[in-house]
Amino acid sequence: MKSKTMKGSRAARPGNSVLGKGAATAFLSPSLIFIGIFLLIPAFWTLYLGLTDYKLVGIEALNPSFVGIDNFTKALNDPQFLSSLKLTIIYVLGSAIFGQALLGFILAWVLNELSPRIRNIVELIVIFAWIVPGSVVAFLWFAFFNNEEGTLNAILGVNIDWLLDYPMLSIIIFNIWRGTAFSMLLFSAAIASIPKSHIEVARVAGASKMQQLRNIVLPSARSYILTNLLLITLWTFNDFGPYLLTGGGPGGETQILPIFIYDSALRYLDFGYGSAIAAIMLFLNLVISLIVLRMSRKGKK
Amino acid sequence: MRNTLSVRTSSRTFKAVLGASLAGALLVSVVPSASAATGSVGGTCVKVGAKAKVGKIKVECKSVSGKKIWTDTKVYNVSISANAILGGKNNQTATWIQNYVIPQFELSNAEKGKQVNVSFTPAGIDDNQFKTQLALDLASKRGPDVMALDGFWVAEFAEAGYIKPLESVVGAKAVNAWEGWKQIPASVQGVMSYGGKNYGVPQGTDGRIIYFNKKLFADAGLPTNWQPKSWAELLTAANTIKTKTPSVMPLQLNAGDGMGEATAMQGFLNLLGGAGSLIYDGKTKKWTGNTKAVRDMLGFYDSVYNKDKVGNSDWQLLAGENGRNESFKAFAEGKLAMIIEGDYLWRGVINPVSGNFKMADRNTNVGFAMIPAQTAKSGVNGQSFMSMSGGSGYALNPNSANKSTAWELLQFINAKEPVSSFMAIGGAVRISQRQDVNTAVLKSDPCLKFVFEKAIPNTFFRPASVNYNAVSVLLQKATTSIVQGKSVAETAAAYETALKDLVGAANVASN
Repeated sequence: MKSKTMKGSRAARPGNSVLGKGAATAFLSPSLIFIGIFLLIPAFWTLYLGLTDYKLVGIEALNPSFVGIDNFTKALNDPQFLSSLKLTIIYVLGSAIFGQALLGFILAWVLNELSPRIRNIVELIVIFAWIVPGSVVAFLWFAFFNNEEGTLNAILGVNIDWLLDYPMLSIIIFNIWRGTAFSMLLFSAAIASIPKSHIEVARVAGASKMQQLRNIVLPSARSYILTNLLLITLWTFNDFGPYLLTGGGPGGETQILPIFIYDSALRYLDFGYGSAIAAIMLFLNLVISLIVLRMSRKGKK
Repeated sequence: MRNTLSVRTSSRTFKAVLGASLAGALLVSVVPSASAATGSVGGTCVKVGAKAKVGKIKVECKSVSGKKIWTDTKVYNVSISANAILGGKNNQTATWIQNYVIPQFELSNAEKGKQVNVSFTPAGIDDNQFKTQLALDLASKRGPDVMALDGFWVAEFAEAGYIKPLESVVGAKAVNAWEGWKQIPASVQGVMSYGGKNYGVPQGTDGRIIYFNKKLFADAGLPTNWQPKSWAELLTAANTIKTKTPSVMPLQLNAGDGMGEATAMQGFLNLLGGAGSLIYDGKTKKWTGNTKAVRDMLGFYDSVYNKDKVGNSDWQLLAGENGRNESFKAFAEGKLAMIIEGDYLWRGVINPVSGNFKMADRNTNVGFAMIPAQTAKSGVNGQSFMSMSGGSGYALNPNSANKSTAWELLQFINAKEPVSSFMAIGGAVRISQRQDVNTAVLKSDPCLKFVFEKAIPNTFFRPASVNYNAVSVLLQKATTSIVQGKSVAETAAAYETALKDLVGAANVASN
């Protein structure tokens, strides 16, 4: 029975699929079930909660009522939500796009020129920042930024309370330090995958380093760059790490969206509103993914 | 970092070793010392060590032939939780529960032939986080059998069905039969009641005063028996300190939403009251919106943090309770001259024995003053001085598997002897729920005597309304805005808009 279907489907789409539709579905179904249980159902549950006034305490905990899109309209008119969204965009642009991606690429590019031994040592150090647990990293940075006994002030010989006076800059630097390793690894792989002969030819033809970069490396690494941008944008967009450093403060200056959701739902116990904002974030995640996927498809054509 | 990296342990240190049902004889140890189950049928329990010394009690049930220890072979497990941890937050409570309540309660039951196993889940986290955690536990029908609750959470938890009146958990007959009620004044019972019903038993109450460092006052040429009679006099003293001794931070007046309810109790509620207004008027059933009292209250914050700069703005803006801890540390180290706090500061924070910011010269160097109203007789009811009272207590989990044992535990922790022993820990006397204990112990402590005699007569409780907490958060955020430099008019207007959105425009008073 099975072999028949396989043969049938192979005949229908010659040279394209090894498995038949039935077998493919059978292989995929476990993961689809898991995605359904752990991703789709919670997502729709979040959307549903966002349409209610459910709170963790008070009368609404016992008898939540359906409020339609009230929470969503409230969010779009809530100056705190809008400032949160703005802060999130600054955080993503600063720490992911200009920070991690750019620094990661520069590191990968420079390391490529160095001897393998030095490259390994530097890579190890950079990856270390990535594998240490977030709470430990936060503690290290808290000590680094501290205004009384902090390392940074000791180095610069100043007395600045970085987390209070430059909170956004602090969490951007924190996140660049933390996440650059991923971009560096991905770009190292991209650069390594470019045939040596291409660069060799360009060099012999008299291309400068910048020309090699522009005309050989960047076009070849295009799909890697887009994948990297997609992943780090989503990660940073959803990043809760800064909470460990600033708690969203001072006075909401680092209250990026994940922290805003946490505060709404788990601090002020308004699950309906928190869920509505989470649903908006989910939607923004989809939009980001679609834009990047479209860019990479265009690139392939 | 305290709030984010706090450790939450759930170890069960005290565990009775049981073998009664099979061996018929055993040896019970309720302290962490080694124990073994041996011997023949029967036995008796004895206390080893002085009863008064907490932590030194050891219970041993030795086998004596001919008598069964356990008349009941069932083991009753009950759990108790509080935001308290040994060596950290609310050290006194944690010490008391672990070293007194658990062994003594298990012992008293063992003597009756009942095997009770009490477990304590300590925590040392921000109160807001503790509340969330507890609410999540209760929402999923779990959680501790007996739980510490802040009095102002009762309305919200009751409305959510997480806690129920004691009489519906264990029956009116059992509740009324308890002798303890007649020792607890009605106003104090109110700390743990909602809609006229008792949801738990309060652990006492507290009051707010201004603490000042006498040495720093003397350095600045101020009297050491200081008592301001208006906000202006308070500001004058702060400015004098600022001018005479610039290295000293003059005043801590809690502000900002990071500190949560501390900003209400030690901050704006006293000021609002001093300006003649409560946050909620029980007669007109309206919340106080953009009124003159609110603007005056915000104006005082503006003076402290912006105009006169006699407070540390940074502390108010730090995440979580870090800022409040900074103020505690500064006061304990003699770098802060005045701090408005509850008696918790005296007995829990700067306590030279058991505090988490020990102040060696507390007993000689700390003076007390009542919080003045804006001007003489400008406060609510024509009062010249203000205080706010709160308090916490213990409630029962309606989903407890061992309700009657839990109720026994709740009675036990509110009985005379356990309450007295709680007071004895670290010399940290407090205003207890029981009058028979208060009369005996309060006179020995100068601060508690001051609070009991001067602050409590002028005190107010927060409204037992399900909306109170959300309104409080709005005012906390308003004080954040002021500290950040926004104008009073702008902040008060934004507060009223948010308040109307929350409780409905018809329920807001403004002028």
